[in-house]
Amino acid sequence: MLLITCPFCGQRPEIEFAYGGEAHIARAADPRATSDEAWTEYLYVRGNARGLHAERWRHIRGCGRFFNALRDTVTDHFVATYKMGEARPDRTEGKQP
Amino acid sequence: MQRFSAFALIRQALNGQKGWDRQWRDPEPKPAYDAIIVGGGAHGLGTAYYLAREHGIRNVAVLEKGWIGGGNTGRNTTIIRSNYLFDESAALYDHALKLWERMSQDLNYNVMFSQRGVLMLAHNVHDEQVFKRHVHSNRLNGVDNEWLSAAEAKAFCPPLNIAPGMRYPVLGAALQRRAGTARHDAVAWGYARAADALGVDIIQNCEVTGIDRDAAGKVTGVQTSRGAIRTNRLGIVAAGNTSVLMAMAGQRMPLESYPLQALVSEPVKPIVPCVIMSNTIHAYISQSDKGELVIGAGTDAYISYSQRGAMHISAHTLEAICELFPMFRRMRMLRNWGGIVDVTPDRSPIIAKTEVSGLYVNCGWGTGGFKATPGSAHLFAWTLAKDEPHRINAPFNLGRFQSGRLIDEAAAAAVAH
Repeated sequence: MLLITCPFCGQRPEIEFAYGGEAHIARAADPRATSDEAWTEYLYVRGNARGLHAERWRHIRGCGRFFNALRDTVTDHFVATYKMGEARPDRTEGKQP
Repeated sequence: MQRFSAFALIRQALNGQKGWDRQWRDPEPKPAYDAIIVGGGAHGLGTAYYLAREHGIRNVAVLEKGWIGGGNTGRNTTIIRSNYLFDESAALYDHALKLWERMSQDLNYNVMFSQRGVLMLAHNVHDEQVFKRHVHSNRLNGVDNEWLSAAEAKAFCPPLNIAPGMRYPVLGAALQRRAGTARHDAVAWGYARAADALGVDIIQNCEVTGIDRDAAGKVTGVQTSRGAIRTNRLGIVAAGNTSVLMAMAGQRMPLESYPLQALVSEPVKPIVPCVIMSNTIHAYISQSDKGELVIGAGTDAYISYSQRGAMHISAHTLEAICELFPMFRRMRMLRNWGGIVDVTPDRSPIIAKTEVSGLYVNCGWGTGGFKATPGSAHLFAWTLAKDEPHRINAPFNLGRFQSGRLIDEAAAAAVAH
């Protein structure tokens, strides 16, 4: 089982968390002016990175809050977790703080 | 190709089993091929076989970064069925099931295809309504599926507990009698041997590291760990790694790769006569011919390429099996592993041409690709050879994610994913 560092509560076991999919996918500001291609990209197309992947998690059986994480999808190693609204950390590898 | 037969077996027995040839060659890659298939699983090997046998394209290479059949072909729970809800899916999976029925004869290779039946248990009114809808839909599509009462299900599968006092009582079950299991490794080996005999080069330990394209964007070849190889027809059949390969041609895919775990128990005498699936309790089980109970359930929660999963996911699967069959509580599990499955938003596959000229993709089989192996390979070979989809795989294109013509089988999976 993984240990995940919630930015609000600290290190907790994986079963306290729910995965929320790829992070930093913004909904179009003006849906009516958005092309079909852009809707397809927003709704269905994903980076599916092999390596570092920015993703949303929710500490659902803890504080209940959403946050983002940077995880290596080959090793499942968490490189960083950070609060919603913060920019993706500029990391290529390294240990979780 | 040295044909297998009872006569050959007897002759080799008298000869001390010393006269068997190797089943396929281990060739060096040629500088160019008429078609290259990336991915040496059963879908990819089968594609090469049908390209050679049905379309006369024999100058074909299958590139595999590891060893053939070492990915999801060797990691699945070997269940074969075609009782899917929608017309498009029923046509696709039943096309595969019909090919399964004659695969051992076609390939001269015993894939141990066993039509022992797949029983899907209903534990509540909702299950019963959903399965009856499936039964009716399947029968309209010419796919066998029937509704059994609890007593009939018990008669078909004696170890089933249908006592009404159970926490999740069995109210009835849907049974597809033509469904069953097959020996997964033998499918890869059988296709490899038959394709090799038709001239296909199977190149293992050969990882694709780049896709070459000309100024107009057309595919001209691939870069690999064993050098550059030219081709103008490239088929990607790489399951969990499809997104990675397609990115080499600048294509972003509607796919996410998740680990899917399975387990086998210690071998015991025959006890489970068919495949049993329970969506509500959330697991499925069958027994291999070696006697191991083969057990699986849903995917892990987050995308990963690690080929292993979290312990609490497999523990949850075993809890479900013990709920369903309390007599298995003292069984010990021998092995537990994960495979990386590429899941589409509508849980239906993609077998299609792409925007890039010369690039074709067969992916998105998610958690249920093994059952489709011969159908998938047959239709993908058609698409590669004719540069257009077969009638059956035409709906399984990439454009459906833009047009909205999704084939939403998410609710039809045997277990939730």
